[in-house]
Amino acid sequence: MIEFLKKLFGQSGSSATAKERLRLVLMTDHLELAPELIEAMKRDLVDVISRHVEVDRDKIEVNFERQDSALAMLANIPILSVNRPNPSLTLVPVPEPVASVQPPVAANGAPPNAAPPRVRKRRKRTSKKAAGTNAAPASATPASAAAN
Amino acid sequence: MSARKIVLTSGKGGVGKTTTTANLGATLAKRGQRVILIDADIGLRNLDLVLGLEKRIVFDLVEVAEGRCQLRQALIKDKRFESLSILPAAQTREKEAITAAQFSAIVELAAEQADYVLIDCPAGIETGFRNAVAGASEAIVVTTPEVSAIRDADRVVGKIADEGKPIRLIVNRLRPEMVRSGDMLSVEDVCEVLAIELLGVVPDDEEVIDTTNRGEPIVLNESNRLAAIYDKIARRLEGEIVPFTNFDGQSFFGRLIDALKAG
Ligand SMILES: Nc1ncnc2c1ncn2[C@@H]1O[C@H](COP(=O)(O)OP(=O)(O)O)[C@@H](O)[C@H]1O
Ligand SMILES: [Mg+2]
Repeated sequence: MIEFLKKLFGQSGSSATAKERLRLVLMTDHLELAPELIEAMKRDLVDVISRHVEVDRDKIEVNFERQDSALAMLANIPILSVNRPNPSLTLVPVPEPVASVQPPVAANGAPPNAAPPRVRKRRKRTSKKAAGTNAAPASATPASAAAN
Repeated sequence: MSARKIVLTSGKGGVGKTTTTANLGATLAKRGQRVILIDADIGLRNLDLVLGLEKRIVFDLVEVAEGRCQLRQALIKDKRFESLSILPAAQTREKEAITAAQFSAIVELAAEQADYVLIDCPAGIETGFRNAVAGASEAIVVTTPEVSAIRDADRVVGKIADEGKPIRLIVNRLRPEMVRSGDMLSVEDVCEVLAIELLGVVPDDEEVIDTTNRGEPIVLNESNRLAAIYDKIARRLEGEIVPFTNFDGQSFFGRLIDALKAG
């Protein structure tokens, strides 16, 4: 009966797997073929983060990792200082004072101005339905991920 | 009026570019169009063989490019179809034997004396592909409903789209019964993944091998079901709106009947 229902609703067999694998592999292909897109994303990401902390632009790494059903964008952005370097350069006014930008530093337990902590920001790019990027919780760091 | 210059391409080899070029070309010719088929697969020529014209080759594409002969001397007229001729590729040369500019010039020349110039593109995305695409003003991407063929098709779609040329899709070798049982990607799936307009769907048919063995395009046999299918594709290419029949097995009732049959 289950076989019958599967046949009826066209869900048996490997075609669903094929489609899902293709969707992911094509997304990866397209990203690999569009280095300028990745550069643009990097730039935008850094611009946003730089409003709050000073980052080491030259050491930013952006990678893509295939997960079960989605492609994840992993950005490794070294932070040099939590004191905003030059507020006058910030085009968009920042409503919150710098002091409120605690989480990335606190999460790593590193005191400000010590060796630059590295924030591992995990962003998920899912299908069209979930357009836009959702920053995953801080548990995406390797250490806490192992606890899940 | 100058001809439509259409390249048939796929990225992956063996998905049916040559078979499609031969049969679509023959169908257009049956419909009264003047058609010239150009085999761009230098070093691995096959179009002549599929059409059973291999014994009549005197000159080839590269010799035309090098000015050793006129285009009309190299064209082989297919006597079974009034207005169909082919320009064979060179067999003992390499893809680099011709430049994109030379190839485009030959396509232009052919276009002056035809309504349709169909270019049978080699597999791959290197020189041979680039030349074939350079000569065309539109493209038909041929794929089978398999992951590797579709991934390669996606790659050529990207490259051709970069040049701003319109692209349409032919899904070849579909097996409706496998789609129904969920073991093969459906036409809808393929279209969704590749996101290009569908031109036609050709089922897998053993007779293709049989007719190719004999050097007869399958559309020569009017009673073959593929003749009707290629005719629809040709009409869509000519601009007619021809609805897609549902032999790709996506209808609920089709599945219901199948599921009942299978018990
Ligand atoms: N619709 C089809 N049904 C069955 N066999 C097919 C079909 N289309 C192509 N073939 C077979 O697939 C093989 C490859 O086709 P071909 O046209 O030479 O591909 P390509 O030019 O893309 O390399 C050939 O053996 C051909 O007979
Ligand atoms: Mg071929």
